[in-house]
Order: sequence, then structure tokens, then C-alpha cells
Amino acid sequence: MVTLPPQILSWFIARDWSIHPHQQEMLARKDAPATLLIAPTGGGKTMAGFLPTLAELASGEHAGLHTLYVSPLKALAADIKRNLTSPVAEMSLPIRIEDRTGDTSSARKRRQRADPPHILLTTPESLALMVSYEDAARTFQGLQRIIVDEVHALAESKRGDQLMLALSRLQALCPGLRRVGLSATVDDPQVIAHRLARHPDPCPILLADPGPAPDIRMLNVPEAPPWAGGGAAYAIPAVLEQIRQHTTTLIFHNTRAQAEIFFHNLWLANEDSLPIGIHHGSLDRTQRERVEGAMVRGELRAVVCTGSLDLGIDWGDVDLVIQIGAPKNVKRLVQRIGRANHRYNAPSKALLVPANRFEVVECHAALEAVRAGDLDGDPLPPGPRDVLCQHILIAACAGGFHADDLYAEVTSAGAYSALTRPAFDACLDFCATGGYALRAYDQWQRLRQDAEGRWHLRDPRAAARIRMNLGTIQDTDTLKVRLKRSRGGKPLGEIEEGFAATLTPGDTFLIAGQIVRYEGLREMTVEVTRNAAKKPKVATFNGTKFATSTQLSARILRLLAQDSWPDLPEHTADWLALHRDVSQMPRAGRLLVESFPHDGREHLCAYGFAGRNAQQTLGLLLTKRMEDLGLDPLGFVATDYATLIWGLEPVTDAIALFDLNALRDGLDGWLAENAVMKRAFRTAATIAGLIERNSPGQRKSGRQTSFSSDILYDTLRKYDPNHLLLDITREEALRGLVDFGRIEEMMARVGPRIDLKRLPRITPLAAPLLLEVGKIPIKGAGIERLMAAEAEALMQTSGLAGLAQ
Amino acid sequence: MIASYNVTFCGTRLSLLGARALWWAEKATLVVSDLHLGKSERIARRSGLSLPPYETRDTLERLKTLINALRPSRVICLGDTFDDDLAGQNLTQTDTSTLTAMMGSLEWIWVEGNHDPAPPTLGGTACSELSLGPLTFRHIATTGAKGEVSGHYHPKASLRGHSRPAFLLDNSRLILPAFGTYTGGLRSNDPTLRDLFAPNAIAVLTGPRPLPCPLPQ
Repeated sequence: MVTLPPQILSWFIARDWSIHPHQQEMLARKDAPATLLIAPTGGGKTMAGFLPTLAELASGEHAGLHTLYVSPLKALAADIKRNLTSPVAEMSLPIRIEDRTGDTSSARKRRQRADPPHILLTTPESLALMVSYEDAARTFQGLQRIIVDEVHALAESKRGDQLMLALSRLQALCPGLRRVGLSATVDDPQVIAHRLARHPDPCPILLADPGPAPDIRMLNVPEAPPWAGGGAAYAIPAVLEQIRQHTTTLIFHNTRAQAEIFFHNLWLANEDSLPIGIHHGSLDRTQRERVEGAMVRGELRAVVCTGSLDLGIDWGDVDLVIQIGAPKNVKRLVQRIGRANHRYNAPSKALLVPANRFEVVECHAALEAVRAGDLDGDPLPPGPRDVLCQHILIAACAGGFHADDLYAEVTSAGAYSALTRPAFDACLDFCATGGYALRAYDQWQRLRQDAEGRWHLRDPRAAARIRMNLGTIQDTDTLKVRLKRSRGGKPLGEIEEGFAATLTPGDTFLIAGQIVRYEGLREMTVEVTRNAAKKPKVATFNGTKFATSTQLSARILRLLAQDSWPDLPEHTADWLALHRDVSQMPRAGRLLVESFPHDGREHLCAYGFAGRNAQQTLGLLLTKRMEDLGLDPLGFVATDYATLIWGLEPVTDAIALFDLNALRDGLDGWLAENAVMKRAFRTAATIAGLIERNSPGQRKSGRQTSFSSDILYDTLRKYDPNHLLLDITREEALRGLVDFGRIEEMMARVGPRIDLKRLPRITPLAAPLLLEVGKIPIKGAGIERLMAAEAEALMQTSGLAGLAQ
Repeated sequence: MIASYNVTFCGTRLSLLGARALWWAEKATLVVSDLHLGKSERIARRSGLSLPPYETRDTLERLKTLINALRPSRVICLGDTFDDDLAGQNLTQTDTSTLTAMMGSLEWIWVEGNHDPAPPTLGGTACSELSLGPLTFRHIATTGAKGEVSGHYHPKASLRGHSRPAFLLDNSRLILPAFGTYTGGLRSNDPTLRDLFAPNAIAVLTGPRPLPCPLPQ
């Protein structure tokens, strides 16, 4: 039994609260260099993390910063500040608590660097920025503990890699620094522990009582879900009924666009005017804060949301979680379910709502997996080198470094513990000179070595530009949406630049739960007016698209292989049976490929069940081969289970098309051309500091003078094919967006067992793919043919054809 | 064979090349605009960003390909040939020799641009504008001009969602796309460009096959 200072102990006793066993255990282990606590949401996890800090600060003897708390969300930092400040005040502890995020005023930030509080709550990006200042050593002087919240979410992203690199710097400044990670349930805690601790420190894992098993089922809806789409509008009445029966309901969606559509439909049906809000990452901050505030005050009966509410913010008395659309990943589903019911020892209650017929199958498979406690997880890749490049620039901003010291620091981060010195040196060379085979204009290199061998910025003024571009979050370029003639008024939110480019005045779309009419673009702001239309042109703004995990895909295939489906609703079982009659069922050990004409084009549908990213890559590789074979493919679309390709000519030989070696050979050549790679390059180049997202005065001058990163990519491919950034791009793309590993896994599983079925018309399983969003055009001979035809038609109809002969 | 789209402009027959250059066969004249040579050097000098230093080589090689294929007697660079005057002086030895070898015995004309007001020291003739027959060549379009060929704006136009560098023309003026490798573009429906042209103007998208379409909308 660890003794607590009397102020803290009496506070617990006065409330008749007992200290949970894992909180007690965290106190006992407070001197360990690293500890990972795994506890369910609502299990007093945050208090467990902070109790040792409060105990150590109770005497009032500590001067300066004592504990740094890092969370993936600004909102979470603000939430924790609220939840920590009141007990600390009630215990009359002499502790100053402040938060620091992108939203903190610059005056306050400056003051925090000079005179830090005892407990500072922040995000990985804000921490990276603090570490980049020359006075970092003074700011962090005396730092004892760091608490990384939601470390499971951070560990899987570049934000986590950046955070751990920042910790390696802090550890060098404060050798006694102790690390605590707080995590939700994960399949392999060892992996996260390895990332959290200073390498090679041990990192013991503390498992709290997971509480009772969740109560999770399918929502009972009398109506059948549609064949395709993600709207789940059919379930609106049933969802409304659930909202009525519960105090507060969270309604999770997989994408922002789906959340918008669902919210819109919910409002149209909300005859009782129940207070319902919407929350997602594309909404303006003030709008999000309004919803968060109302939620905390218990004024809302439901919130329609996306992953922006995934993490452990305490939103008050949530007693039901509804997941709309298939969860794609069992681990995330379990974590979302944990959001309901924060009373320890009460089961969380959740309902699954498939958005379409195929998702009925997927939801059933996910339910089985949750009941079996079968969480999915993929091994984490080694620390990405673009993040390392940014870290090197940060170190240069902070006053320079010796390469040996920085290498030692970097390899003390678990994710980079296997980083070789040559790999580190290549990143350093990239930061210093660009790392090109052609050594041009070396007099302008970014970093220089002084006489003692210390690396520093050639031009110290560059530090400001580097700081402006810190961070690893890569949103696609977005434009603010504003109501026309409300200049200075609050923006409604943001949409992707690519989506904005497809709009013509008069088009309507959904944003912030209302339908608006596109009026025009004014100084990089989308101007809209309110519109009373019932059916909007749907906003396709960036929603994270997750791929269905390998484990879940395997369960789905097992489910499909059944002779009959008594557990599935009749409408879905009938649909599957019909598909089996007209074509055949996709099976784990075989690859089903259907070929059929539809709507004047030839189609090919390959059921690989390899997840969205891999199916997309398969589409790119197959269309490349089809292009070579003169089949003039025009485009394709991929879902988690299949790829559908359309073109001008039919495919008759599937075995030749699916030759894995040929596909792998095609991969390299194909890498040169496609949009996925170019996007990966842009991300890597931006994080590594080659391209600036923000530069002084950029917005004012507009973007017409800047050229696209695609041009840089093409130039490097041509003149410097072994350049570091291309290497990083290839590595990232193969693993993430390209996911070639899962294609290989699928091909290995299938072997030569490829069944090409030539059918007279589209099949039941293939039809929904036609309605999918995210169709990818192929810029080949086919599109040139169609562009020429359209140009000619435009010239004819406009009567301008005579101008040219 | 070089892909081109042929037009009659102010009584002359001009070929708008898919390779972002203008060919006036009658006068054996090749016109290119906005090469922006030395752009990566200027960016490194000013901001510290080290972009791949290959754009000058790439731009010059594409120009050499055109010269070898068309055998012009005259080449007009329509301004902003160099990203700034210093960038012109700082070209690598290799790039400078590539350029001077290419110039050879050709009549080479540098029209001044806003980025490169001082004439280069590489030979050739520098001028602020040039009249040849019914055509006037200058860097930035002027209002009310007739038979004017210019550059400066780096126009781009799109068809079916694909945006490409484009020629813009009506009966009295022609604006060339930028030829340089590291050049962005201004959308052809930008008011600045739209206001310069008559309603019957067209855009010709560059690429493997030049595509004409009405100047959008």
C-alpha cells in the first residue's frame, strides 16, 4: 500500500471513493522509467496516470515543469485540463495546470516557455514546436514525468513517431524523465510498450480489469438495407427510436460525408425536434466546440460523429453507441463501444447498423469477432524516415547538433532503434543539401557544419519557415466554405480542393448539416448560399477510408462459404443465394473474376477480399496490364472485397492477367505514373521539409504560380531515380496506400485457382460497386479517345470549329 | 512527327505544339515562353529549400528535341527565360554549354520578361518586343493589341477534369503556355485571363495530342 499525501487521501474519502487497484499499482510503480497501462475507457485511466504526479507535487517544493501530458487531440487536452483542475482545486494542491495547443495564443505560448506550469497538457505537434526553440533546455528543466494518452492511437501514426523522437530529445535534456503510456485494449501491447520506452529500457505492462463484456447487437430494422451506399437512410426511424429510449447516443460513421448525409436525413425525420448535433474533422472549430460544450452540459440527446470523437474524451452520460456502416476493423469497434457507459463495471451497449447489403455480412462477421475477443492488428513498420528528416530540421532550429549525438538520441526511440548510421546520414544529407546526385548550388545548402563539426541552419531566418511547417498530419488541400455576403462571418467548414474544382455554380452539397448552393470561388474561399433543395450533390470531402482488416476479411469469407445463412436477415441471405445461382461464391482458396458487358462498356470484377487499399492497387496494376494489351481500360473502383474495372474491350484470359510475377514487375514501372504514388510522394516531401505547406504570404498571392509536387516527382524519377525521397515514397506506398503485401498474401492463398466467369450481365455482388464513390480514371489511350471526342463536340456546338482548320 | 494543332491567326498559319511551343513554319520560327531556367537555384538562395536541381536540364533538353526535329532558323524566347537575372548567371557549366551549343548559328531572340529584365550574356539579341510581319511578340499581353503573341500568365485549361498547360487565342491575341519544367499555371477561367479575350476565344490543351476547346465558361 502506497501512502498518499493527506490532501489527496481525504478527498477520496470525502467522496466515499476507493482507489482502483490499477491506480494503486501505478502509484507503486511511479519510479519505473517506463510503464504502459492498459485500461478500458471509464476505468479511471487518466487519474491513474496523474496520481503519482499529484502526490509528488503535493508538497509544493517542485519548481518548474513536472509533468507533460500529450494527447492526440486538442479537445482531449482541454477536457483533461477541466477534469484535473477541479479535483486539484478541491484538494487545495499548489499545482498550476495549463494546456498548450495550436489554439493557444502566441503571448501565452511565449510565457509558457519562459515560465512553464507544473503540468502542461499538449499535443505531439505543439511539443515538437516547443522542442524546436533554442530555449527548450530551460523550458523543460526539472521535467519528471511524461504521460502519453491514447498511446495506442498515436503509436500507429507518424504523429506518434514524431512524438517519440521529441521524447528522445527531452530525455537527453532531462535524463531522469519517466514515461507513462495510457492505452485502450489492443491485440499486442508489447509493440506499443517497445515504442513508448527509451530503447532498450524495459517497459512493464499493467493490465487493468477490462470490466464486463459489452452488450453488442445488430439494430433491428424492419426494412432491408439498400444494395449499395453508405447512407443507411433506411435505418433512420429505428435509430430515432433508439435515441428516444436512451439518454445520450453517439452515432459513429466511417466517413465525414456519410456523417453529413445521415445527419441531414435524421433532421428531416426528427419530428420531436430532439436536440441532435454533428461533429467531424471538416467542421469549423467553433462549430465543433459548440457541440462539445452542449454535449458536456448534457443538452444533446445524440451526436452524429466520425473518428474525431473516437478517443477518450469524457462526453458525459453516453449510454448507447451506434455504429453506422461496417466497422472495418474489430479493434476500433471495440474501442468505440467502450465510449458508452463510463460507469466502471457496467457493460457498454452498442448497436451495429449495416449501410448496405454487403455490410450486413461484414457486421455479422465483426460481431462474431468481438464475441470471440479476436482483435486484429498488423505489425508496426519501423520509424518512417520523412519524420526523421523533419526531426533533424527541428534539431537544427533548436540551435544545432553533432551528428553522433543526434544519432544516439534518435536510435533511443523504439521505432528507430534499428536505424543504421548510413540511413541516418542519408537523411541528414537530404536535410543539408537536398541529397541529390547532382551537387548544384551547394553554396545555398540548408544546413552547414561549423568548425567544430556542429550542424546548424545556413540562414537562421529559415527557422521560422521550418516551424510553420512542423507536424505530420497531412490533410489534402482544403478550402474554407463561407456563406456569401457574410465576409468575416464564421466559415461553415472545409472541403477538399479537388471536390471544389468539380463544382459549378448552382451545384448543391451538404456541409455542417445544411444544404448549400455553390456560388463561386473568391480568394481561395468557397462561397455558398443557403438552399432549400432536398437532394444535394453529395460532398465527397476527405473521410478516412479504412481497409477491412485481414482477420475480418477471412471471417467474411468463412461466412460466405456456408451452405445457408440462417443467422443473416432473409434479404441478405436471398441476395447471396441469388449470386451463387447466377455466378459463384467467392471462396478463400480461389479468386473469382467475373467478366460482363454493362451499360455499353466491358466490365471485369475481381473478388480478392484484400482490403480497400490492396484492391485499389490491384485495380491500378490490372489496368496497366490491360492498357499494354490494348484493352483500353477507362477506370476502376475498389471496395474492401472487390475491384471493378470498365473499359472498351472484354477480358478473355484472366490467368495471364493475374500472373503475380508480371504484376510485381509491373509494379515498378507503374509506380512512375499513378496518382497514389504521387500523393505518397507529396506527403513524404512535405513531412521531410522539401515542400512547404505554409509560407509567408503564400495565401495572398494565390496558388497559380506554384507548381505541383507531381512535377518534382516526375523530375526526380527521370534524373535521380535513387533519391532518398523516392525510396521513402516507394516504401510508404507499398505498405500503406499500395498495400502490395496483401495482394501477395491473396495471390499466395489463391495460387492458380482463378475462375473467370463470362456472364451475360452484371451480377448481384458486382452491381453495388457501380454505385461506389471514388472511381479512378485511367489516363491512357481510352481517355485520350474520349477527350478528343468531347473537345470536338464542344467546338461543334459552340460554332467555333471554323476558327481552326 | 510533332503533335500540333494548326490555326490561322491574323493571316498567318501557326502550329500550336503539344510540346508547349509555337511553330511558325513560314518564317521557320520557333517560339517558347517562360522557361524559368534556374528556378531551383533561386528558390534555394531565397528560402533554403533544395528542390531537385534538374529543371534547367529538363527544359533545355525538351527545347533541343524541338530544335532538332523542326530545324528552325530563328528561336524567340518570349520572356521569363531565366527565373531571375542572378539565376541566369548561376547556371551550371553543363547547362550553359547545352544552351550555347543549341543556339549555334541560329538567330536567337530574347524578349525581356518581368523576371529577367537584363539581357543575358550568352549571345543572341535582346529586345523588349519584336514585330515580325503581322505579329508582335512581347512578354505580357497589352489591352487593345492586334496580332499579339505573349506569355507570362502560364495558362492552363481543363477537359473532363484533366488540367493541362494550354494556348489561349482569339482573333487578335495568342497567349502561350509556359515551357519551363518547374512552372505552375493560371486557370483559363481566371478573370485576369478571361477579360483579355473575346467571347469566341479558344483554349488548346497541350499534351500527347493538342486539344482545342472553347475558352471556358
